[in-house]
Amino acid sequence: MVIYGVSLLAFCMLVGSICGILLGRLMGINANVGGVGISMILLILLANTSLFKFKMKPITQGGITFWSAMYIPIVVAMASKQNVSGAIDGGWMAFTAGSLAVLASFSFIPLLTKLAGPDDVE
Amino acid sequence: MLNDVITAVLIKNDLVTAFAFIGLLVFISYRFSDWLTRGRIHGSALAITLGLVLAYFGGKYTGGSNGLADIPIFAGIGIMGGAMLRDFAIVSTAFGADLSSLKKAGYVGAISIIIGVILSFTIGGIVAVLFGYSDPISIATIGAGAATYIVGPVTGTALGASTEVIALSVAAGLVKSVLVMVGTPLIAKTVGLNNPTSAMIYGGLMGTTSGVAGGLAATDPKLVPYGAMTATFYTGIGCLLAPSLLFMIVSLIFG
Repeated sequence: MVIYGVSLLAFCMLVGSICGILLGRLMGINANVGGVGISMILLILLANTSLFKFKMKPITQGGITFWSAMYIPIVVAMASKQNVSGAIDGGWMAFTAGSLAVLASFSFIPLLTKLAGPDDVE
Repeated sequence: MLNDVITAVLIKNDLVTAFAFIGLLVFISYRFSDWLTRGRIHGSALAITLGLVLAYFGGKYTGGSNGLADIPIFAGIGIMGGAMLRDFAIVSTAFGADLSSLKKAGYVGAISIIIGVILSFTIGGIVAVLFGYSDPISIATIGAGAATYIVGPVTGTALGASTEVIALSVAAGLVKSVLVMVGTPLIAKTVGLNNPTSAMIYGGLMGTTSGVAGGLAATDPKLVPYGAMTATFYTGIGCLLAPSLLFMIVSLIFG
């Protein structure tokens, strides 16, 4: 049933968020450290265990893949609710700081990719 | 009378209104992508940019901080594009992710988070100094804002920065998030952002979850789980490093 897939996804996200917040507490900060990442690892592990792999019917998978397909529209909605006017009204200093940080970060991608080794490229 | 009824129905069913509206927005963007640019600028990139433009006017019109979602009939966009459903959709993309690619790039991905936080913090701090700030608290807060718009206020509050400086740090983080969304598809080819490894490095360096989610959606949705995986650790690491170790270094230089 579709709800099995949706429920599994929800379960992963809730457990991941709890772990992320606990991890933050352990580090002494009031933030969710990697909750989404932990949820994703959990989902990958559960989806790849023999327990689910052979049992998960296409319709159950549909409960998960529907949300992947909704990813872009959700991101468009997310863009539509950003505080863009706040970013623009921040003035030149905020603009310079933000944009230079982005440029510098972009320029480090090829450097670190090289460090990772060439065998990873598809 | 008809207007009243329509408005009332749209407001009452706000999330459903958002589904209808965002669908229309995506449809128009994909058509424009085909007609005007013959697909050279991807439809999702156009849709995200259009969303940001609408968010700007929404914010100007209402004076609020939630873009279009502050207009009552578009309130559902706040739910649809809010952190809960955004994270739910991000996690779902992991269903198609390849575990061995994640493992292979895990270590360089982790390094990229630390480098990303320090890099953005340093650049934000240097810009603050160039614009005339000389006290370590303000410099560190603005530097933290250049990491993400959450790290900025967390750091500023912890250090006791002025509200004006905290507001600036949030603005710097917002600029970063918007530029990552718009800029990623334009620069992806140049920096080699086309495989799981570079996507993990990208997520770790950029760190802004919204920026990375939008940027990869507009570039190649297949890369989303890899970029999101590292980006989701960034804000936490930033909140850990900026008010402590990084602030200490700033105090040593400017104290």
